[in-house]
This record gives sequence, structure tokens and C-alpha cells, in this order.
Amino acid sequence: MAGDIAFAIVAIIFGVVASYGLYWLLSFLVNLLPTRISQKVQVWAFLTPALVLLIAISIAPLIQTAVWSFMRIKGKTEEWVGIANYTELFTDEKFLGILLNNFLWVLFVPAVTVAFGTLVAQLGNNVGPRREKLFKSLIFMPMSISFVAAATIWSYLYAYSAPGRPVIGLAQKIIEGFGVNEPVPVMQIDGLRFNSFLLMAVIVWLQVGYSMVIISAAIKAVPEETLEAARIDGANALQLFMRVILPQVWGSVMAVFVTVVIMVMKIFDIVLAMTRGNFNTSVLAFEWYKRYFENSDIGSASAVVMVLVVLIIPLVWLQIRTVRQQETLR
Amino acid sequence: MIAVKNFLKKTNLASTISLTILVAIWSIPTIGLLITSLRLRSEAEISPWWEGLLNPLSTVWSLEAYENSLESGMLESLINTFAVTIPATILPLMIAANAAYAFTFLKFKGKELIFAILVGLMVIPLQSALIPVLKGMVWFQKTFDIPLTGTYASAWVVHSAFALPLAIYILRNYMLSLPTSLIEAARVDGASYYQIFWRLVLPMSIPAIASFAIFQFLWVWNDYLIAFIFVGEQNSVMTYKLLRLLGQYGQGWQDVAAGSFISLVVPLIVFFALQRYFVRGLTAGAVK
Repeated sequence: MAGDIAFAIVAIIFGVVASYGLYWLLSFLVNLLPTRISQKVQVWAFLTPALVLLIAISIAPLIQTAVWSFMRIKGKTEEWVGIANYTELFTDEKFLGILLNNFLWVLFVPAVTVAFGTLVAQLGNNVGPRREKLFKSLIFMPMSISFVAAATIWSYLYAYSAPGRPVIGLAQKIIEGFGVNEPVPVMQIDGLRFNSFLLMAVIVWLQVGYSMVIISAAIKAVPEETLEAARIDGANALQLFMRVILPQVWGSVMAVFVTVVIMVMKIFDIVLAMTRGNFNTSVLAFEWYKRYFENSDIGSASAVVMVLVVLIIPLVWLQIRTVRQQETLR
Repeated sequence: MIAVKNFLKKTNLASTISLTILVAIWSIPTIGLLITSLRLRSEAEISPWWEGLLNPLSTVWSLEAYENSLESGMLESLINTFAVTIPATILPLMIAANAAYAFTFLKFKGKELIFAILVGLMVIPLQSALIPVLKGMVWFQKTFDIPLTGTYASAWVVHSAFALPLAIYILRNYMLSLPTSLIEAARVDGASYYQIFWRLVLPMSIPAIASFAIFQFLWVWNDYLIAFIFVGEQNSVMTYKLLRLLGQYGQGWQDVAAGSFISLVVPLIVFFALQRYFVRGLTAGAVK
């Protein structure tokens, strides 16, 4: 144990010294060049490590994945199969169900998260700084929790006890309270994708804090004069919020919305920890995991992840556009 | 004016009540598991946790579950998680700060294009890269006989690469707000770009670096996928251990509960101690 700690400390120091040394070396090498050239290339002394890492660990592997999605790879044999992996996916009813799940996640989670976040931000703004801080900390707290820990917390809430055993899950207790006598495990109820909504509740629980923080900062920046004017004109609380505050914070609301959409598209850990994709709850990122780590099928796993990438590309475009807009405002 | 005051008072009370209800709902899941982690197996099995809440005096409280999970390897996992997390926080920040400096203060060809690619990479799912990276590492260790998979170092490198786009983006945004006149003055005095970075820009960027460090620390600490693929069983981190524990809830929920609270201690401390900086980092444009 002491050895582990010592190792960790040495590793940290080594990492910092090595990265400092690397940049020193690059800068030193650039300075050896004739001044005219070194003026032009010195920027690469700062950029090279980042670019090398990005190309080696992000960009080249992404291209490799795209290539593999057109191949069938079994052990040492590789063969080109064209779009066979994709046609298999899109003719598989199960996979279409997975796409439906991803669609439902994107349809509901961002909207609900933003709505709750705005609600809490606005209510918090009304109650005075001390209470606001307490309430907001409690709502924000789940942000620091891992998806796996959140899944554990909620799995307990959804826990199922067989008939005759004492009920320990709150969800089951509530269902019994409605007079259902022989309940099934809530995680197995897939009619109307009910169980997927139970998983979504976990993400909403985690992400409302984030949405609240961003929107709250925007609400605090709303000029006091506009509020004062509306109050004197006799606006009630709802009118004040809908007509004066909301239009002024709409940009932040949309920014949070897009961020949550991006996160939800890639949702993975919660499904892995809570249902392992069973009972029709699987999503794209989990399907990728299953096809590679359980079935060792690189070709179709790559095809699944490429479908995810293609669905996310519009958001890449949106992201670049938002950044551009911010740049012009600067 | 009196009407305005009354109006404010009324909304204040209504808001407090609604917020109290919301916060109560938000806390139920955590409270349920917290109570369970403090009970004995014999009790947690036969009575639900709200019994413990409603009749706290007739419940037997115990730390046995915590002892159990610490003995079953949670303590080693805690240290492993630190060994993965701290370098995976420092390394990308060093690299990103250098790159952000180049993007902010230096002129070079293709700057716009490279930056657009970076912004795009913030959104691309990391799953799209993981299998080739893993295969590449396996090939590398076979060819050069240097172990990579299953070591902390592989997780540091992978985490660093995936953190870079966002880190560069946030740090560059901050550096753009630094006074350029100061840097120009240093140039006139004959300082090299290298000296300006280490002596001037890096120290001035500490606030942004601190915000991103907290963000990255929590991200790596809470990550499951990369730790599962690149560190795995041998030096298992807390999320890995916890997921295995969750698979064995037949042994009693109280052990799972205690395990998950042990995994929460560090993030919660970081979070409550540094909440202000964390929030600042988030508002600076977290899109992960």
C-alpha cells in the first residue's frame, strides 16, 4: 500500500517534469535553427505534442473504425464486405428498437432537464442568497457522482422483491400502493418503453444541477430595470418570468439543451450498470460495447459506432457555428 | 412600492415551499442508500430503509458494511483511482495550455481549420476511437515488449487525448481575455515565446487551469469505460469495483450501499470545497 502511494507520487512528479522537459527540448531544438526559419516553426514547439496525441488517439482511430465498419473480422481473417454490416443493422428489428430508444432519450431527457433546471434557477432566485445556496448545492450535488454510483443508488430504489419477501424498493412500494397485487420487477416493464423512462430519470436527476447552474447565471445577469418596470406595470410572477426573464436567458437555455443532447446521444454507463441492455433498454453506445466486448465482432461494433457518429455530425456543425458566433461577439 | 414588496414576499414563500419539495424528492434516492449502508444485513433484508428513517431509535445502526467493503478491496481501489486520476488531470492540462497559447498568441497556417476540427472533436463520441487504440496498444506491446494495457500509463494517455479539445478550447477562451499589450511588451524586451509562456501566460491562466482541473479530475474519477478497457481488473478503480459489487447485491444491499458511499467521498469533498471554481469551469463552456 505505501508502495502504491509512493509509486503514484513518483509517477505524478515524473509526468510533470517530463512534460516540462519535452516542451523545453522542443523549444531548444527550434532555437538551433537559423533565425529566419525558427521564427516560422516555433509555433510547432507548442502545438506538436497536442496534435500528435490527437491524431494518434482520436483522429486516426476514428478513420480506422470507419474502415473496419466495412469489413468482417474474425480472428486473423479480414475481408471486405461493403455495406453488409450496415444492411444487417438496419434490417434487424432489435437494432431499430435501439435507435428508437436513443431517439426517446434525445426527445425527453434534454427537454425535461432544461425545464427542471430553469424552474430551480428561477425559484432559487426568489428566496434570498442563503437559502438559494443551500437548495442549489443539494440539487447540484449529483453532478459530482459517477454514473455507476448513480446507477447503484437508483437500482436500490427500483429493487424488486419476489412475492412473499419483504418489499425494500421504493418503486415497488409505490406500485403496490396503487393496488397492483402481483407486481413484476419495474426494470422489466417494457410496454411503452416504461423501463427506459426509469433509466432516463437517473440522468435527469444527475443533469438538472448542471442546467440549473448555467441558467441561474443567466437569470442573475438579467438587468434589474427590466424586472422593476414589469413589476410596476403590474405583471404577476408567471408573466414576469415568461415575458421578461425567459426571452433574455433563451440563449443559455438552448446552449444547455444542446450540451445535454450531445451527452444523452452517447449514454452508456447507466444502461450497462442497470439493465445490461436487457428488456429492450439498449442504446447505441451500449450496443457497441456488447458487440465488441461480448461478441468480439469488430466489424459490426464499428458499424454501430459509426451510426452514432453520423447522427452526431449535425451537432458538430451546430457546435462549430455556436463557437463562431461567440467569436464574432468578442 | 408596497405592492411590489408584498409581491416579493409572496413569491418568496411559494418559492421556498416548492424548492423544499423538489430538494426532498432529489435527496430521497441518496438518503435511502445512505440509511441502508448504515444497517445490518439481517435488518436491511427484511425491512425497507424508510423504516430506519421513521423509527430511528428501534433500528440497529452499524458500520459493519463499511468494514466489509473496505476489506473486500475498496481501499486498494481508492489508491488505484488516485493513481489514474491525478496524472490524467495534470498531463492534459500541460499539453492543452501549450497548445492554447499557440492558438491565442501565435500566427500560423491552418489555424482556423485545426481549431474547427478541435471543436468538432469535442462532440465526437470517444467510443469511435477506443477499439483501434486498444488494438494498437496490444500490437505495440507485442512488438516492443513494453506492457501498456492494464497499466495506469495507458489510461493517462487516453484520458489526456480525449480531454484535449475541451481543455484547449476553455484555456484559449481565457487566454484571449489576457492583455496582449503585456505580451507585446515582453517581446520588445527580448523574451522568447517559450519564456513568455512559462513566466507570463501560464501563471496568469491559473484560474482557468484550476477550473478545468476540477472538471477533469471529477470526469476521470467517475469514468468507467476507459478504466475498464485500459486498466481493468488488476489495478481496478472504484467505478470498476462498484459495478462488480452491484452485480452481487444478493450478498446484501448494505455492502453495495457502503461501497458506493466510499466511492463518493472524494468527489463530494472536491465538489463542496471547490464548488465555485467548478461552476466557473462549467459556465466557461463544458460540452463533454
